[in-house]
Amino acid sequence: MTQEVPALALADITCRFAARDDASKAYTAVANATLNVARGEFVSVVGPTGCGKSTLLNVAAGLLEPSSGTVEVFGERLMAASGVNRRAGYMFQADALMPWRTGIDNVVAGLEFRGVPRAEAVSQGQAWLRRVGLAGFGDRYPHQMSGGMRKRLALAQTLILSPDILLMDEPFSALDVQTRQLMENELLALWAEDRKSVLFITHDLEEAIALSDRVVVLSAGPATRPIGDFRVDLPRPRDVSEIRMTPAFLDLHREIWAAMKEEVLKAYEQQKAI
Amino acid sequence: MRLRILQLLLLGLLIVAWYAMTAPGLIPPFYFDKANRAAFFFGEPQKVFWVIVDWFASGEIFPHLGITLLETALGFTIGAASGLGIGLWLALSPTASAITDPYIKGFNSMPRVVLAPIFAVWFGLGIWSKVALGVTLVFFVVFFNVYQGVREVSPNLIANARMLGASQRQLLRSIYLPSAMSWVFASLHNAVGLAFVGAVVGEYLGSSMGVGYLILQAEGTFDINTVFAGILVLTACALVLDSLVGVVERRLMTWQPKAGQTEKV
Repeated sequence: MTQEVPALALADITCRFAARDDASKAYTAVANATLNVARGEFVSVVGPTGCGKSTLLNVAAGLLEPSSGTVEVFGERLMAASGVNRRAGYMFQADALMPWRTGIDNVVAGLEFRGVPRAEAVSQGQAWLRRVGLAGFGDRYPHQMSGGMRKRLALAQTLILSPDILLMDEPFSALDVQTRQLMENELLALWAEDRKSVLFITHDLEEAIALSDRVVVLSAGPATRPIGDFRVDLPRPRDVSEIRMTPAFLDLHREIWAAMKEEVLKAYEQQKAI
Repeated sequence: MRLRILQLLLLGLLIVAWYAMTAPGLIPPFYFDKANRAAFFFGEPQKVFWVIVDWFASGEIFPHLGITLLETALGFTIGAASGLGIGLWLALSPTASAITDPYIKGFNSMPRVVLAPIFAVWFGLGIWSKVALGVTLVFFVVFFNVYQGVREVSPNLIANARMLGASQRQLLRSIYLPSAMSWVFASLHNAVGLAFVGAVVGEYLGSSMGVGYLILQAEGTFDINTVFAGILVLTACALVLDSLVGVVERRLMTWQPKAGQTEKV
């Protein structure tokens, strides 16, 4: 298992952004970050707000070229210049559905881009709509759906391409608590079917522990890097709302929070100082 | 429905007021020194009406109206299409946009109606000088809206489409174009009106056909009733064209939320 090539390997990633008015005042969002995701592993990354979690994910997706460091996808070097990470699916924090396409047309967009014939794409799309509980909503436009439905639509849109790696950027942060737990359970159920590698970004430690095999804690920005790596040995299948009550969960939560607390306070102080 | 009745009532009221103020001898003249002066300057509604009826009954208006509408349609189509194309191109090519930026700003702030005499020299007194004027007016309205529309596409949407495997061409077709279209339709209502302005102003400056020509001729003989008849016919045509754009817009823009229809689950 340890000998295997990881699905995603971020090695020594540094990202600097030039300040708009003064090039010498570059902002280092991420510094010397190293992070591996094994095949079939569900890894969550937690950290204080504004610490560069999304930056790290954009690097993994190939949407952003790191200032230094390398990204390897199943052992192959990823170059942002030659395109995005083709083996990854990305679920964004904000709505990224095409508002001018109906539900079904949004779901099949990826297949359409790959030149799959329309009839086949639609039949696959309908199957995916059923799997995420949106059967019969295919002809609705996104604005006619609730926030939770739009998230499920986005999930179907990403998963229909059956990506080997799933990148998720706080996908459920905009949802209310009940809908969110439902979505988390649905995500776990879908994930259990074929065990993709998942890199899940969140600022919610409970969500991270409930979902993942491993939780990585990031330091406060600037120059974010991983400062803690915790294995979550809770049994699967899990129910995210029940597992939160178990003693093992609470112990883990205490342990990880102890590592995280200082960074959260640091980030808070920095934001107050500005 | 009530609203419609009130709207018609207002129209009736305006016509009655027009009639009352201009009918010679109906009320004593209070501004002009002679009873028929008001009619001379402002026309009389019933006479305007009969001019219009006569035009359509005799068929005299049709060739003129046809020419004006043809100029409008050509100016609108060419202007909107080139505005869309060049708007897309410049919005997606930062270098080209940076180079051409001052010229575009210059052309836009120029009162482009002054080009009409030059177009008359270049394209003659036929329809093409009017079409050219319409194109210059329509082009910039559509161009700026497309440019803005493409620039304002959510970066999330683009990143998402790229992650789903869209190529540059597919991005253009599935993201940029539909996104720009809502801005384009917002500008098309304006553009139709401007295409009309181009056609009529062109006709004023020199022509042998068209509703603008009819109006100019009538003005030359102080036939105010005919001038007003021409203005009313043009206004009606502009309204019809505008509602046609509205129909097309509703057909193509079904995805846009309408008030009171959002978040319906």
